[in-house]
Amino acid sequence: MAWFSKSKSKKENKSSDIWIKCTKCENHIFKEDWHNNLNVCPKCNYHSKISAYERIGLILDSGTFDEINISIYPADPLGFVDAKESYKDKVAKTRKKTGLNEAIVTGTGEINGIKVVVAVMDFRFMGGSLGSGTGEKILQASNYSYDKKIPFIIFSASGGARMHEGILSLMQMAKTCAGIARLDERKVPFISVLTDPTTGGVSASYAMVGDLNIAEPGALIGFAGRRVIEHTIKQKLPDDFQTSEYLLEHGFIDFIANRSEMKNKLYQVLSFYNR
Amino acid sequence: MNKKETSVSDMEEMLEKLKAMTDTKDSDFAEQITNMEKLIESKKKNIYSNLTPWETVQIARHHKRPVLDDYIKLLFTDFIELHGDRRFGDDRGLIGGFAKIDGQPIMLIGHNKGKNVDENVIRNFGMAKPEGYRKALRLMKLAEKFNVPIVTFIDTPGAYPGLEAEERGQAEAIARNLVEMAQIKVPIVCVVTGEGGSGGALGIGVGDSILMLSNSIYSVISPEGCASIIWRDGTMAQKAAEALKITASSLKELKVIDEIIDEPLGGAHNDYPSTVKSVKNVVLKHLKKYKGNSESKLLKKRFEKYSNIGVFNK
Repeated sequence: MAWFSKSKSKKENKSSDIWIKCTKCENHIFKEDWHNNLNVCPKCNYHSKISAYERIGLILDSGTFDEINISIYPADPLGFVDAKESYKDKVAKTRKKTGLNEAIVTGTGEINGIKVVVAVMDFRFMGGSLGSGTGEKILQASNYSYDKKIPFIIFSASGGARMHEGILSLMQMAKTCAGIARLDERKVPFISVLTDPTTGGVSASYAMVGDLNIAEPGALIGFAGRRVIEHTIKQKLPDDFQTSEYLLEHGFIDFIANRSEMKNKLYQVLSFYNR
Repeated sequence: MNKKETSVSDMEEMLEKLKAMTDTKDSDFAEQITNMEKLIESKKKNIYSNLTPWETVQIARHHKRPVLDDYIKLLFTDFIELHGDRRFGDDRGLIGGFAKIDGQPIMLIGHNKGKNVDENVIRNFGMAKPEGYRKALRLMKLAEKFNVPIVTFIDTPGAYPGLEAEERGQAEAIARNLVEMAQIKVPIVCVVTGEGGSGGALGIGVGDSILMLSNSIYSVISPEGCASIIWRDGTMAQKAAEALKITASSLKELKVIDEIIDEPLGGAHNDYPSTVKSVKNVVLKHLKKYKGNSESKLLKKRFEKYSNIGVFNK
């Protein structure tokens, strides 16, 4: 049995040694070109997902990142077991596979010399879901921002709440927003960068309440899932529904920036901040 | 009504018949009536102290369970409904206005479930749209200005998942409330009376005291939704209801809520007056707790409360 699935997966990955097939335009792109273009399709500008550390490398001045709360990782408060495995096992596997302890990496660094606090979500860690550890890291990062009066930037990439932590996951929405609410008091800027995808509980909390909301092109951003909505309204939804462009049109995004220009855009905006 | 409840209701029917017979005929069934009453009481006690999470879900969603209308009539006085978000429209799924509880002025905000199809068509089954959350925020700001505490009643399957809700920024509307409610300078007491459906509930659910009726539920996702995602099978909802830990006692253990409001034996739907009395007493108790607190103390405590929610390893 084993070699069947093995050969199948080999076939699927055959091209991936040299090629990457863009999931959007379905063109085959040289892997090297794909990576040199920051995991953005050179043909259609599709911004595919990147890891938290890759993003930090693109945004912060090299050598300035100082990570905080690196050791926080999920507990299993509900003793949750899904169809295949326990949450505990899933976390152990995910930590091993990704080298991450949580779905978010937080710390301080500089953008062209301007000091910032960043929190960068990583979709590979259980779909970037919002667990207690994720929420705690965001709160701690925003508290650091508050204490030191340093601008706070969150890069979201998340399917939403983490079901495996039940109500505690939902409460992280309130917890993170309580931290962000305090920043106004001290006039500390909070910038939210929305990347593909930013949905559910993450869109309905910190990701949507930036002083500025900036999105990468073509990102899926929305509250309810497409299938759920189609089921509710018994209608097909437009193709561009819940994209960055759709949100820009409806007034929820300040602007869309390509990955290659994100750092400079953030710098430009922060240069207006007179502390 | 589930099977266990049906047997109780059959017995209650018999009891009524016995009583009626005593009234109309000369025969006296006093002894049988007393026995029957005792039996019903013990049966109810047995059922309601051993509910499975899934049975609790059924009670939380019971079509006869008291809704906001009932509380407005039975618990509060002088309710003045205030309409509209001043931006788009007036949501009938989420309403609010000034009210008095035991003579004390408050701002009451709550999901507006109906009890029949006609009501629910207008009220959208208590599923609020962005304009509902924005109206709620407007009223909370008004409460802050008038210096009256806020009481929210939570009872919703969730925020409305529709095209126009997305267009008008459902996510932003809820998120904005979470940020603002963390900083509103008057006490906020939240009561989950029936279904606490995820972000749709939390959108009016951030406060100083979070209370739950004993047969209500509060969850990050509906058991059905969880079942279809995790087990790819909606019929596994029963299992999901257990796994998600959505009952009042679970939430108390997880330190998410402050107090459970006991419902009368047989559930809120079987005894409105007792339910209303318990809710009133507990809400008043919590309102009293914050009376005289300075704004800064109130906000500091609220921030600490939310800072401490969550379980993780370090």
